[in-house]
Amino acid sequence: MAERLRMIEAVGETLRSELERDDGVVVYGEDVGRAGGVFRATEGLIDDYPDRVFDSPVAEAGIVGVGVGLAATGMRPVPEIQFQSFLYQGFHQLAQHVARIRSRTRGTITCPMTIRTPYGGGIHALELHSESFEAGFSHVPGLKVAIPSSPAETAGLLRSSIRSPDPVVFMEPTRLYRSFREEVPDDHEVPLGEARVVEDGDDVTVVAWGSMLRETLDAVDEIDASVEVIDPRTLYPLDTETIADSVRKTGRCVVVHEAPRTGGLAGEITARINEEAFLYLEAPVERVTGYDVPVPLFAREDDYLPDADRIEDGIRSALEF
Amino acid sequence: MPREDVAEFTIESVQVLAEDETVDEELIPDLSDEQLLELYESMKRSRRLDERAIALQRRGELGTYAPAIGQEAAQVGTAFAMADGDWIVPSFREQPALLVRGTPPEQILQYALGMEEGAEIPDGEGALPPAIPVGTQPLHAAGIGWGEALQDRDNVAVTYFGDGATSEGDVYEAFNFAGVYDAQTVFVCQNNRYAISTGIEKQTRAETFAQKAIAAGIDGIRVDGNDILAVYRVAQEAIEQARDGDPVLIEALTYRRSMHTTSDDPTAYRESEEEAEWEARDPILRFQVFLEDRGLLDSETEDEIDERIESELADAIDQARTANEAVDPADMFRYVYDELPPYLEAQLEAFEAERGGETDG
Ligand SMILES: Cc1ncc(C[n+]2csc(CCOP(=O)(O)OP(=O)(O)O)c2C)c(N)n1
Repeated sequence: MAERLRMIEAVGETLRSELERDDGVVVYGEDVGRAGGVFRATEGLIDDYPDRVFDSPVAEAGIVGVGVGLAATGMRPVPEIQFQSFLYQGFHQLAQHVARIRSRTRGTITCPMTIRTPYGGGIHALELHSESFEAGFSHVPGLKVAIPSSPAETAGLLRSSIRSPDPVVFMEPTRLYRSFREEVPDDHEVPLGEARVVEDGDDVTVVAWGSMLRETLDAVDEIDASVEVIDPRTLYPLDTETIADSVRKTGRCVVVHEAPRTGGLAGEITARINEEAFLYLEAPVERVTGYDVPVPLFAREDDYLPDADRIEDGIRSALEF
Repeated sequence: MPREDVAEFTIESVQVLAEDETVDEELIPDLSDEQLLELYESMKRSRRLDERAIALQRRGELGTYAPAIGQEAAQVGTAFAMADGDWIVPSFREQPALLVRGTPPEQILQYALGMEEGAEIPDGEGALPPAIPVGTQPLHAAGIGWGEALQDRDNVAVTYFGDGATSEGDVYEAFNFAGVYDAQTVFVCQNNRYAISTGIEKQTRAETFAQKAIAAGIDGIRVDGNDILAVYRVAQEAIEQARDGDPVLIEALTYRRSMHTTSDDPTAYRESEEEAEWEARDPILRFQVFLEDRGLLDSETEDEIDERIESELADAIDQARTANEAVDPADMFRYVYDELPPYLEAQLEAFEAERGGETDG
């Protein structure tokens, strides 16, 4: 039966149903047990699954690294990294082992691990609690990277990630955790690697994910043109076809992300549009992104993050080129 | 080959001022009456700063804040033992130590207001800004202690971190580097029993955190972290030892009496009996009784101290508020590089143009 849930509740409910469905699922991480996680995503899970939900030491390399071992024994680790920046502490395990164990062993050992982690700005958090490093994780072959933009998408993508035979970095936009409710169908699944056309349109395509999708929808409301909005949902592997098809139709594209511009995924998406739909373009692909500066502390954060106004400007430049 | 023991170790624990207020006179450090009162005032100043910061956060003025209430002796005692020129390498809960080392309270508040200005290092100070990632900064302290040794200077680096931090690989790497290179570094682990909600028994199976030094070949010692006289004594010895290139890990046994940060609710994982037990062992109270017993503190002096602290803090809060009103967002571009690369210059120009446009419209 469908329920109206917030994103944070969608995470908890999906974890609960996957723990129920599959004895191999183990949920662990800093403070995920007794306290239910610092955002309360895992609240109550330890009461029902005391043998498969654990509070771990403060050790991200450990959290990621033991996942390789757990998986090798046939389990399905679903660790939480408390904030995305602290996955840097486990990045070497991710890049050197998690992503490669299948290739290194010619498929005999695999790592069906889902690493959940909150990311992104907009909640006035501490230093290093607001980063968006999806491009970095998307530069590691063997990983999948998924970012939901609503409660139902969260349940669907998280379920598919947990069931995926490959490792997934599952990034949850903190700003959306409690921002709105949505019907979430039971046992909802959203396949990895498929983008969603959120709104149909003919004049310009806008690609945005996570909390930037919400900002984009606000911006689109102000624009007097027919805008097609696409949420890639999985950033790696990226569904190029849906984006290219759209650009072939509209001839214009704007990519929005809150991560810094240089090396961000807007660059990759632009390159793919050049490869797949260059002759259809009527304007250069526009990027609306964070600046190439460290994400500032929160007194300056609102000036760093792209908002509906900046996105609106970006869409207008693409339209008016 | 027969089996034999090839290594053994013990960990010493030090206390001067017992919980029942009996004092080990032999171990009382050599401090003047003024210095003793300074220790007391420093602990109180920090406690009031934390209390006021929590109140400001509750009113929506400050961001997330990590109070050190209950840990004042562990920090003030160690910081007080440092000499001019020594370095402080803090984590995110080091208000007591930072205040002793001369960071003005308005700067601590600015950082909590989300301003990079709060992380500026005053000219000539040996300090690094708060490290928000857990357990990353002990390596910097090992580097500083090594750098000072390489340049034949005798400054030491004192770094602070929690019990949870010792689970991070970086922290062990720091002990190990410091040992290998004879770094002039003192590591202060404040064992305040919890890493957010996770108790020490879930952090390690080791009996003490001090013994984590042993594997790196450096000395580890435990001290009653709520006993400022013991902390000062142990820190002073450790700092002198580190000056000679022998790094030390101090485990200060203490308790975080308030929340982990203002976003945390300790009732989810902590019993009120435990909290009450530690309230009775409060470092400020314990030292106050000691000072009163020695005739160094009466209610008049206490009032004077309290008034001084209140007026200092009121000024600090005013200054931080004023600074916050004057924040220039374009500053986020100015310190990324020595010289702005052209593409970043262009981003700054676009940013300024857009903001100019905003004020016009
Ligand atoms: C690398 C990293 N992982 C996780 C966090 C989130 N976090 C902040 S404080 C904390 C617990 C730290 O405990 P401890 O080291 O004992 O210090 P205390 O907070 O008790 O002073 C955690 C897990 C972080 N800031 N950095």
